[in-house]
Amino acid sequence: MTDMRQLYQEVILDHNRKPRNWGAIPGANRHADGHNPLCGDHIKLSVNVRDDKIEAIAFEGHGCAICKASASMMTGAVKGKAVQEAETMVEEFRSMATGTLDPDKAEHHLGKLKIFAGVKDLPSRVKCAILPWHTLHAALHAESSISTEGEADPVPGTAIGGQ
Amino acid sequence: MKAGTMNIDKIRADFPILGLQVSGKPLVYLDNAASSQMPQTVIDRIVRYQKEEHSNIHRAVHYLSELATKQYEDARIKVQHFLKAKESREIIFTRGTTEAINLVMHGYGRAFIGKGDEIILSALEHHANIVPWQMLAQEKGAVLRVIPMNDAGELLIDKFEALFNEKTKFMALSHVSNALGTINPVKQMTAFAHRHGVPVLLDGAQAAPHQSLDMQDLDCDFYAFSGHKMCGPTGIGVLYGKAKMLEKMQPYQGGGDMILSVTFEKTTYNVIPAKFEAGTPPIMAAIGLGTAIDYLNGIGLAKIEAYEKELLDYATERVSALKDVRIIGTAKHKAAVLSFEIKGVHPHDVGTILNEDGVAIRTGHHCAQPVMQFYGVPATARASFAFYNTRQEIDKLADGILKVQEMFS
Repeated sequence: MTDMRQLYQEVILDHNRKPRNWGAIPGANRHADGHNPLCGDHIKLSVNVRDDKIEAIAFEGHGCAICKASASMMTGAVKGKAVQEAETMVEEFRSMATGTLDPDKAEHHLGKLKIFAGVKDLPSRVKCAILPWHTLHAALHAESSISTEGEADPVPGTAIGGQ
Repeated sequence: MKAGTMNIDKIRADFPILGLQVSGKPLVYLDNAASSQMPQTVIDRIVRYQKEEHSNIHRAVHYLSELATKQYEDARIKVQHFLKAKESREIIFTRGTTEAINLVMHGYGRAFIGKGDEIILSALEHHANIVPWQMLAQEKGAVLRVIPMNDAGELLIDKFEALFNEKTKFMALSHVSNALGTINPVKQMTAFAHRHGVPVLLDGAQAAPHQSLDMQDLDCDFYAFSGHKMCGPTGIGVLYGKAKMLEKMQPYQGGGDMILSVTFEKTTYNVIPAKFEAGTPPIMAAIGLGTAIDYLNGIGLAKIEAYEKELLDYATERVSALKDVRIIGTAKHKAAVLSFEIKGVHPHDVGTILNEDGVAIRTGHHCAQPVMQFYGVPATARASFAFYNTRQEIDKLADGILKVQEMFS
């Protein structure tokens, strides 16, 4: 739980206040919309892929601090990477956030992104952190929209609803 | 600490979970509108039932079955008295408020509402009192009409009255809004609907734990609520229905207990309430609910209501004094629910950070997305109080909000 506080204090709030790669890329050749209907998080991603490489990437939208920081850091981390490398990171991030990959024990390519490992203790926030990554996956696969519900649900049964 | 004639320390000691530490801090449980906590007496009653009294009911002639049947039926009578219903057969046990509303939709709605007919709902309904009626409207070609509200979260009574016409066949209305806390003038609204010959269902999920109820005074045709929001177990709820309404309704589910006789050609349905209680009911939960009612009566619902009003007034004063915090839902008549928004901070971040200090609030759309759309927010943070909460806990909530603002500044 102290991890969560550190997560907020050290990194997330900085990216929440000053999101990197904010906006849209004119003429981008890949786009996707990510939506978490339960929180109202909404990420619009535009990506330029050339020669199998992510040449440029930007995002805009609205959401909680965890979602925005995850998107901001993700765009910084995958810029310049090969599509396949980015896909590997999507998989690794997903595993880390859902608790199946321990970034201090297993090998990974997430670098600083490992600070998001703390969300695994808060199932209701896992979706916030993963949404940008799902959206990236969709963009790279030419899917136009993605929702955190249904088949792409990283943590089924954690829907935030009810009274 | 004493508040009026309520000994809060003594009451808190009745709830074992209130002694819990969360994130290394004492739990401050402010999510009572979602589910309340259970006193030891209810826990003990459930354990005793399972250890000494359990069997299936209404079936066998042996000792345990007779005993369990009696306890289950006694719980029904406790609910009858709690609601001041005329007869115990007007009390149907359901799985919760949602199932109670669905029961009315199926049993009454599908039989008596048809193409072009109109159903009146309000702008502050919980999804459980929207979606069943929408399903019915889709199936039958009926139309939903929505009572609008003002910025405070109060229904507009003149607009409400203007919705009625000869096509109006039903009204489904929340007694107290779960997202905003608004207490609707349901008695007057029910009387108005009745002048147009329109039956009324009241969703009492948020009202039942916080005030005394009188079905003869309200005169509604149906009233629905849940056990787990009033110190009882989950898995049990109540549908009150006037006997003459329940009698003319279609059964909801088919199965054992709801029949008098079955052949492959024809089934004769049982009388109420059995007609609506197909299969083995949640016996343990019903008995637990009966004990929860005893517990609440022991404190006194009038005292509970007065004390919770004090808590709400104090919380409203504390939170509205904070900079950049907007209280959402400022109706004149409110139950102890405080929905709010901190400028520039998503409610889920608020909830996560408060949790670090052991403060449990609800964040999200509260299953009332139309309410969120009205206020132009994706979600709110909501603190909801029960009679076991204290002013010190509200201070912790206010401190927590300040901490959130500090972190995000």
